[in-house]
Amino acid sequence: MTSISEIKKRMKETSAEEVVQSLFDKIERSKLNAFITLTKEQALKEARKADKNGAKGALAAIPIAVKDNISTRGIRTTCASKILKGYVPPYDAHVIGRLKAEGAIIIGKTNMDEFAMGSSTETSFFGPTRNPHDLSRVPGGSSGGSAATVAGGEVPIALGSDTGGSVRCPASFCGVVGLKPTYGLVSRYGLISYANSLEQIGPLGCSVEDVALLLDVIAGHDPRDSTSHVVKKKRYIDELEDDVSDIKIGVPKEYFEGVDKGVEKAVWDGIKLLEDMGASYSEIGLSHTKYALASYYIIAMSEASSNLARFDGVRYGLRLKKDKDWHTTFSEIRADGFGEEVKRRILLGTYALSAGYYGRYYLKALKVRTLIKQDFENAFKKVDVLIAPTMPFTAFKIGEKIDDPLSLYMADVNTVPINLAGVPSISIPCGFANGLPIGMQIIGKHFDEGAILRMAYTFEKHVEATE
Amino acid sequence: MKDVIIGLEVHVQLNKLNSKLFCGCSTKYHDSEPNTYTCPVCLGLPGALPVLNRAIVEAAIKVALALNCEIAEQTLFYRKNYYYPDLPKGFQISQYDYPIATNGKLVIEGDGERQIRIKRVHMEEDPARLVHKGPIERSKYSLIDYNRSGMPLLEVVTEPDLGSPKEARQFLNKLRNILEYLDVFDGSLEGALRVDANISLAGGARTEVKNISSYKGVEKALSFEIVRQKNLMRRGIKVVQETRHYDEARGVTISLRTKEEEKDYRYFPEPDLVPFKVKDKVAEIRKCLPELPDAKRRRFVKRYNISEHHAKVLTSELGLANFFENVAAKVGANQAATWIADVLKGELNYRDLDISAFSPEHMIQILHMLEEKNITEKGAVQVIRTLLDKGGTPAEIVKQKGLLKVDEDVIAKAVDEAIKENPAAVKDYHAGKNEALHFLVGQVMKKTSGKADPNVVNKLLREKL
Repeated sequence: MTSISEIKKRMKETSAEEVVQSLFDKIERSKLNAFITLTKEQALKEARKADKNGAKGALAAIPIAVKDNISTRGIRTTCASKILKGYVPPYDAHVIGRLKAEGAIIIGKTNMDEFAMGSSTETSFFGPTRNPHDLSRVPGGSSGGSAATVAGGEVPIALGSDTGGSVRCPASFCGVVGLKPTYGLVSRYGLISYANSLEQIGPLGCSVEDVALLLDVIAGHDPRDSTSHVVKKKRYIDELEDDVSDIKIGVPKEYFEGVDKGVEKAVWDGIKLLEDMGASYSEIGLSHTKYALASYYIIAMSEASSNLARFDGVRYGLRLKKDKDWHTTFSEIRADGFGEEVKRRILLGTYALSAGYYGRYYLKALKVRTLIKQDFENAFKKVDVLIAPTMPFTAFKIGEKIDDPLSLYMADVNTVPINLAGVPSISIPCGFANGLPIGMQIIGKHFDEGAILRMAYTFEKHVEATE
Repeated sequence: MKDVIIGLEVHVQLNKLNSKLFCGCSTKYHDSEPNTYTCPVCLGLPGALPVLNRAIVEAAIKVALALNCEIAEQTLFYRKNYYYPDLPKGFQISQYDYPIATNGKLVIEGDGERQIRIKRVHMEEDPARLVHKGPIERSKYSLIDYNRSGMPLLEVVTEPDLGSPKEARQFLNKLRNILEYLDVFDGSLEGALRVDANISLAGGARTEVKNISSYKGVEKALSFEIVRQKNLMRRGIKVVQETRHYDEARGVTISLRTKEEEKDYRYFPEPDLVPFKVKDKVAEIRKCLPELPDAKRRRFVKRYNISEHHAKVLTSELGLANFFENVAAKVGANQAATWIADVLKGELNYRDLDISAFSPEHMIQILHMLEEKNITEKGAVQVIRTLLDKGGTPAEIVKQKGLLKVDEDVIAKAVDEAIKENPAAVKDYHAGKNEALHFLVGQVMKKTSGKADPNVVNKLLREKL
């Protein structure tokens, strides 16, 4: 993997242009299929400009990959779906504006599960992305392209989005660091919605430091997103101290149920390591966890069924060869443009919101959501952070679970409660099982990214030291 | 039980506000090319998010207070999900549970005062405008203009308290009047008003008439519906509960005959917006409410001592009321009321103009000339007409048209001439034929080009004969 500091060093030795060119050389030879669109010409132009004028900003001349559900002005944005064929946004998402302001160079748009609906990046219209640790395996998802390209050393940092684990799951499977910010910390303006009330854009990188740096750039209030919070801006990078001695860890026992032995052991080893470094831990209960998955999928699918209604081929995206009447046209475009999983979720969400079922499903799911939030609030009265496995297992084979949607949904059991509660969580590598990386997630209080980053940073330092 | 029961759902576009409901696009698109007042938000582009325009919430509260509503403690938006080509997101952001205001009332003056209950007032975004190639049922294609997309709408829903099509129209006029007083609405712009009307006759089912977009249309559509339903009942045919479309051009309602069942809009709270408190703004907004039509009408009667009828006409438009007050400050209020409400208003209506087409200064000048008996009433009317048709100033027109009232000695001279030239008529007059006098008056008027005061002519003729 290639960290930001490594890139900076190489750029100093050679030039931004040479480094960026070398990354493209690597990506073009890559077997990962991590990208849907590469922006080579523009990236090289920017690199040359940086070489000539000197690079400015927190991410000066740093190459970055962006998940393909984040709107980029002038660069096609597909959500890995056929239905957005040819769609080039006329505007930048808020985070893209921030990246540009801080001098980052966008390398391309990364592969993902179609409309971020999946945990394996297999539902992409552009084919699956492969896990750099084992090309026959999935990189996780839905931000699989972003995690794989970082893990493969193709780019130092990437943006993903996390609706129910879509940053943390691929971070875990690919052995990189990925953070889902507190709901409201990062503007969603320009993020193509899957489930608005759950998702956040999040940074991925090969180190906690790089993730903190990227979070510093993208976090902050944006008046164009009504759910974005005004938070006193602090620099996360300044909170990275090698000290966890005052931190109380809670270990939610529900998050270890049904988890693979290798994963369980690696996470417990991690907790013990932190204990050795002065943190204390206690087991706690998050008693409504068992309802989280059902609640999450009902809310996410309901919102998705409405969010995806706009894709009718009228203003952008897929068009029929021959125009027919309105009902036929939009039905045929949607039939042709959406993949199986997307259709499944639209149908289920439509059902859940229908008259007569709304109370039984959607409303009930919202009630469960409130209970899950309370679980976390209660837990955080006693402890500072929670630690649990990110995923119950390591990366599975491509094709292994794709025909069994329910078992794929079950894989999100440890990540979705965090989105329901809106709290932040970071997944960091904590070991390997059979050569495949294992992720440990550190969950924090609302807007307390500082604490989880600090703990992750300390852990990373000491694991490196012990390795 | 009343014979006819009518309830209205009135959609008014708050087109006098500066920006659209959820984005910064201007609302002043009415004279512009299609699709030039748009942005990612009102085009519903992927990833764009709505941000509530607080000025519109305040305007909605103003309207709700003017309609005597209870304002919600807290309010929120919902998504109303349905597919239609004018809807760029596949849903409309509207309100459902917890609308901004409920339980209001509006008094209309028809045959006596009638109180109409307002069930609710809520905010929503306007869809885009569809322009069909040819008539809708045979249209080859339709074009979409997104300039209208995202315009702020206020939906005002009445209880079924209206008893006739005429009352429905009176209600709309009153509503329009109030909205214009609040400076949030210009009823003359395209798409400003759209009405759905529910109507049932005693013993029959309720039909909903959609797509009415004018004040006259409401009265016409409902009158048509009453006749239609009465005819069915007379023939022993059951009136079915259905939605009908108003065809403005033909003045009839048509059954839409959709095979679709009752629409399920799958309402759920809009996750991209947050609930917001409104109650704490109410006191301040109430303080800033302008004088409303009813209060103004009562004040006019009391302060200017004019008739109830004149006060009603003069307060029916804010511009007219202000015009009157400007004029009444300089000339006699009763004179002003008569000339503005009876004469000027009539001339404006005839030309389809509003009061902004006439200057209060001109009115004051004309009324001064009348007061000083420099022109006749007939001359004054002529001045008003000329000002409206050709422009100029009252003084110029009076001069050009020679409208200055003729002196008595000039009239006396013309009277002498007329008597001299028409001995037969004089003879007839003395023989008791009254028509002869009319003839002679006519002759004098002719000689003075109509500028003589007819009363003076009459008087002088009688004396001299």
